[in-house]
Amino acid sequence: MTTTQARATPARPQARSRRSRARRAGGLPAVLVLPALAGLAFLIVPLAGLIVAAPWPTLLERLADPAVLGALRLSLVAASAATVVCLVCGVPLAWVLARSELPGMRVVRALVTVPLVLPPVVGGVALLLVLGRNGLIGQYLEAWFGFSLPFTTAGVIVAEAFVAMPFLVISVDGALRGADRRYEEAAATLGASRWLTFRRVTLPLVAPGIAAGAVLCWARALGEFGATITFAGNFPGETQTMPLAVYLALQTDPDAAIVLSLVLFAVSVMVLASLRDKWISPNAA
Amino acid sequence: MRRRPGRLLGAGSVLLLGLAGCGDGGAGTQREWQSSASGDITVFAAASLTEAFKEIEQAFEEANPGADLQFNFAGSSTLSRQINQGAPADVFASASPKQMQKVVDADNAGGDPTVFVANKLQIVVPEGNPANVTGLADLGKQELDIALCAEEVPCGDLSQTVFEAAGITPSPDTLEQDVKAVLTKVTLGETDAGLVYRTDVAAADEAEVDGIDLPAAVEAVNEYPIVTLAEAPNAETGQAFVDYVLSDEGKAVLEDYGFGTDVG
Repeated sequence: MTTTQARATPARPQARSRRSRARRAGGLPAVLVLPALAGLAFLIVPLAGLIVAAPWPTLLERLADPAVLGALRLSLVAASAATVVCLVCGVPLAWVLARSELPGMRVVRALVTVPLVLPPVVGGVALLLVLGRNGLIGQYLEAWFGFSLPFTTAGVIVAEAFVAMPFLVISVDGALRGADRRYEEAAATLGASRWLTFRRVTLPLVAPGIAAGAVLCWARALGEFGATITFAGNFPGETQTMPLAVYLALQTDPDAAIVLSLVLFAVSVMVLASLRDKWISPNAA
Repeated sequence: MRRRPGRLLGAGSVLLLGLAGCGDGGAGTQREWQSSASGDITVFAAASLTEAFKEIEQAFEEANPGADLQFNFAGSSTLSRQINQGAPADVFASASPKQMQKVVDADNAGGDPTVFVANKLQIVVPEGNPANVTGLADLGKQELDIALCAEEVPCGDLSQTVFEAAGITPSPDTLEQDVKAVLTKVTLGETDAGLVYRTDVAAADEAEVDGIDLPAAVEAVNEYPIVTLAEAPNAETGQAFVDYVLSDEGKAVLEDYGFGTDVG
């Protein structure tokens, strides 16, 4: 984010980046490096455990299982669709949170984080109570349109979007509040409408924040388990995403569960790494 | 983890009794000096036993004031995995002979498991039976929403046996990760029917669900074995608990919760 701003604002931020370069040249203090290494090890060692325990000789054979590919495809499709839903609703929501001066915005901001605090299984139950066949809203969907969300892929997307949206909103809200509002004001003085200003000035300004939020949101949706299995159920090809397949495999065939976990991990790293290069400026990656 | 203070207390009392705590053969020496049922024990029990075992716990602790039971309720496959990975437990009560066998095969059972109850499946429908489900054949109907256990978990395994015996191909809309999740879907009215243990229906709110018995011809029985564990920190009390579960008092409680005790 700093880099984009550095490019956009000529004088001030450049001075800042020169200073940070100077600091970097001086080397990092051990008091930071040691806990950083401990943190890194904490995150990576469990993964190493998976890799060590993986049944390498039968790996390819297990991967060729059509059920694995089906679950992987469904996971990728559902997580991407959920991310689109989050972008469409979440970016405007973040804009309202960051720019509105109405009283009570603090409460609204706290409410946005509810899905973060709620155990996902509880989130799934809550979704059932509202959008289920007998739910507050769901019963009308069923009665008027003959349409019901649970046990459908659409239900998976709803569950994932519910859990993942706060990651996007918080990230974009932060970017908007950190952005220099003088550009928006300048655009307005030059006669740009609010919509034009939003599209041509605000959005490009916070694009790195949106990209980072979308990545977090996608990753969270991809790993979603509790809300999905509670709200959308578990049926191969329809609602069984990779995390659900992993959980069930763990009951009878732990080796298969490890293989599935590694696949999910490898695919998500590949997707995230390639997106980082494209979306976020190379310096940020 | 939870049991550790008790273990320290146990070790302390052994020292007070004047035994030289050399450390080796600890369990064996302790057994001689402890009264038959005292101290903490940890029981790993299948989730379907939750309500019945909690009631048995009260009676057992009243009969043995020195004893304190701790439960770990979860799916039997989770429990067998935890035990085989060294979780400290004294007793394992499994809802599936298959999962018990895994513990026996890993030399973690302290003796031969005893079957203490049997459970049967029942069709469960939301109160009032809105879809007019009458029997197993309805669970093969495409137009109904059906929840079943995934075949990876014991209740799903048993469901499959039942469907095979009846010659019906089920048409599930969701394969749940445990039997309670099936019950939840039916309780909330999200599915028209499900297949769960009769004990789950007995434990559920009568105002929310109804149970429909399966025809005797296709009824499959799930046996629950119980055993003390080889690495049990308090094997003596563990055995006392197993004996209590197998006693007439224990059986009466289990029957109250819908289990069949005419086994073994």
